[in-house]
Amino acid sequence: MFGGIDPGLLIASLMVASVPIILAAIGELVVERAGVLNLGVEGMMIMGAVCGFIMAVQTGSAVLGFVGGALGGAALSLIFALLTQFLLANQVASGLALTLFGLGLSSLLGQGFVGIRPPATAALPFGALAEIPFLGRVLFGHDWVVYLSIASVAATWWVLRSTRLGLILRAVGENHDAAHALGYKVRRIRVLAILFGGAMAGMGGAYVSLVRVPQWTDGITAGAGWIALAIVVFAAWRPWRALIGAYLFGGISVLQLNLQAAGARIPVEYLSMSPYLITILVLVIMSSGKGKAALNAPASLGQTFHASR
Amino acid sequence: MTRPELLRVDKVTKAYPGVVANSDVSFAIAEGEIHALLGENGAGKSTLVKMIYGLVKPDAGHMSLRGAEYAPAEPRAARAAGVGMVFQHFSLFEALNVAENVALGMENPPPMKALAGRIKAVSAEYGLPLDPARMVGDLSAGERQRVEIIRCLLQDPKLLIMDEPTSVLTPQEVDILFKTLRQLAAEGTAILYISHKLEEIRALCDAATILRRGKVVATCTPRDRSAREMAELMVGAVLTPPARAGGAKGAVALEVVGLSVASPIPFGTSLKDVSFAVRRGEVLGIAGVAGNGQDELLLALSGEVRAGREAVRMDGVGVGDQGPNERRTLGLVSAPEERLGHAAAPDMSLVENALLSGLVRKGLARRGFIDWAATEDFAATVVRDFDVRTPGTDVAARALSGGNLQKFVVGRELSQSPGVIVINQPTWGVDAAAAAAIRQAILDRAAGGAAVVVISQDLDELLEISDSFAALNEGRMTRPRPVAGLTIDEIGLMMGGAHGMEVAHHGQ
Repeated sequence: MFGGIDPGLLIASLMVASVPIILAAIGELVVERAGVLNLGVEGMMIMGAVCGFIMAVQTGSAVLGFVGGALGGAALSLIFALLTQFLLANQVASGLALTLFGLGLSSLLGQGFVGIRPPATAALPFGALAEIPFLGRVLFGHDWVVYLSIASVAATWWVLRSTRLGLILRAVGENHDAAHALGYKVRRIRVLAILFGGAMAGMGGAYVSLVRVPQWTDGITAGAGWIALAIVVFAAWRPWRALIGAYLFGGISVLQLNLQAAGARIPVEYLSMSPYLITILVLVIMSSGKGKAALNAPASLGQTFHASR
Repeated sequence: MTRPELLRVDKVTKAYPGVVANSDVSFAIAEGEIHALLGENGAGKSTLVKMIYGLVKPDAGHMSLRGAEYAPAEPRAARAAGVGMVFQHFSLFEALNVAENVALGMENPPPMKALAGRIKAVSAEYGLPLDPARMVGDLSAGERQRVEIIRCLLQDPKLLIMDEPTSVLTPQEVDILFKTLRQLAAEGTAILYISHKLEEIRALCDAATILRRGKVVATCTPRDRSAREMAELMVGAVLTPPARAGGAKGAVALEVVGLSVASPIPFGTSLKDVSFAVRRGEVLGIAGVAGNGQDELLLALSGEVRAGREAVRMDGVGVGDQGPNERRTLGLVSAPEERLGHAAAPDMSLVENALLSGLVRKGLARRGFIDWAATEDFAATVVRDFDVRTPGTDVAARALSGGNLQKFVVGRELSQSPGVIVINQPTWGVDAAAAAAIRQAILDRAAGGAAVVVISQDLDELLEISDSFAALNEGRMTRPRPVAGLTIDEIGLMMGGAHGMEVAHHGQ
């Protein structure tokens, strides 16, 4: 106990707070490793949030809600895939448009669902394990999505590092012309990566509306998608670093809530802007490192691929 | 010499919108034969091999492999049938290591550890040593080519296609490559060898098919023909070498002293203590295998990368800390290798592109306003003087073919009455007649009193136009030497020899 804040509780709640960002960041990491820059993470998250919420309320099942969220995010990302991979539109502009479109559409879809409580997502029953002081609360007191988020980091790391699928994905992101010359289907691989990114962002969004808040209001994701994008750069496109980054940011937002509750004598506005300020700061520091972070970036990132001759 | 036939290409035709790349092309390769495919840029060589490798589908015609119908739908099918290809522009991934790059080119690669062992074994067997764990971005051009060759060899190919393999190698590396290729041919592998370097083809190949404008114009045995005969078959015209006036040289116009700069390019090569001087009327040729600091040297001379004030001097005045426009004012013009995106803005018209570099020296702006009439005149003059084939000066730079755009960007620089000229790869991708015209224009400017630095990977070109010769190797430059009396062996050693390659010792 220091300053009225319990460290065990703080860690436990930062793990929960980070789940949407981790899911969205891992999805975007895979997309960017395939050489596509999708700035529409925020839009896909909020579509996942509203679709997941509607699905959960209609079926009464939180699990189906997450499936609905993934489908909603993937559906929106399909528009991005169509625009950038088949119509060869600019990725930055398409991504920004996707976010604006997602914010508007989610607000329309969610109109009849304001003020409803979704079915609850309970903590997994670990029994006696959850009773261990400190560790029990940190490790065994969570719902299944928290464990899924960590498992997705591990799985992504393993696939990218050790499997042929991961090698091909990295190759496509490194040099799409060479990958094409070797006979790999650049466009197909990128579309699949974009769909994966959309589904992950949608799951992250659904976690916000089903567990974190839990209700539906307009603009519920509140910039989490942008933080996820920043974390991918912060992590230098490496999965475990993305997890650390997400916990760092999750920690800051939980800490500012706790500080507010503990009555710290700082205006609330400063505290609530801190995660975003730190996002900007991290991006500045990372990109000023004399191209060191840039060297790690997939070399074909954001470039339009067209198979000529 | 009746070896069984391996591949037969029969009346293959491929057309793209506006151009017929291949028209009724037929030829055959026997097992263990080294077959040359000769032709100018744009003659249709690349399209032809892409069809054999399954990257492009022919519109009409047949191919057969060992008597059976052969129509690969994709490179994977070609590889499965035993066709391997080493690309002209390497199909490698810089941020991946050697083993990963090799694995990407294989159908069913073994686990990484086993693959690393096989890479070591095969590379040693053919005298092309490689470390499987190294990052490809850190390798020299010759080593990168080894990665491509090993990638093909691991799949035990029956036919190996090599697209301009020697353009990035030193003469010693070329020798080793040829020994490896002869060894492969002796083992029964057929090799389809694409090049426009005639002496190499005479030394290496058993047969040659010559293409011009998409058609087979001749087949011959290279050993029985002179290089000149084959060149004239390729071009379809008689060639005249450029004339040079051996005038006296003037005072030193460009001097570089102890120039060291870090490369701004990822995986680039830093310049290390480069020093040389060029007199008025002198042409200094700088050779080197691609990626040994040529791009960086051009950047440092043009002013895009700054150095210490006294590291670069023009007419005795230090300009090392000044930018491109200040140096242009003093009379230095430069033409980089990359035409689209560096020498010219792709989506801007020729007039606008003429303005971008001619603004300072041609006085194309007054009080901040552009004098469009004078700019159009300038662009039209360049188009006329350098025979740029274009519908007009208002078309986008992107719309010109590579050779025509090259004539335009070189002509634009040479038309600014320069005192110092720096050019990287002046005739890259330009056909023989246009290349001769560009070389002649460079020699004319030198005769008119300009100091010229030509950076090129084409040794024949450098020997033809240079007065003195130097080579870049890993960012260091050799002392310039007079061209007269230099032998190819000496040049090869200046370029860095064989980079630790050894001759194949397999089967001895």
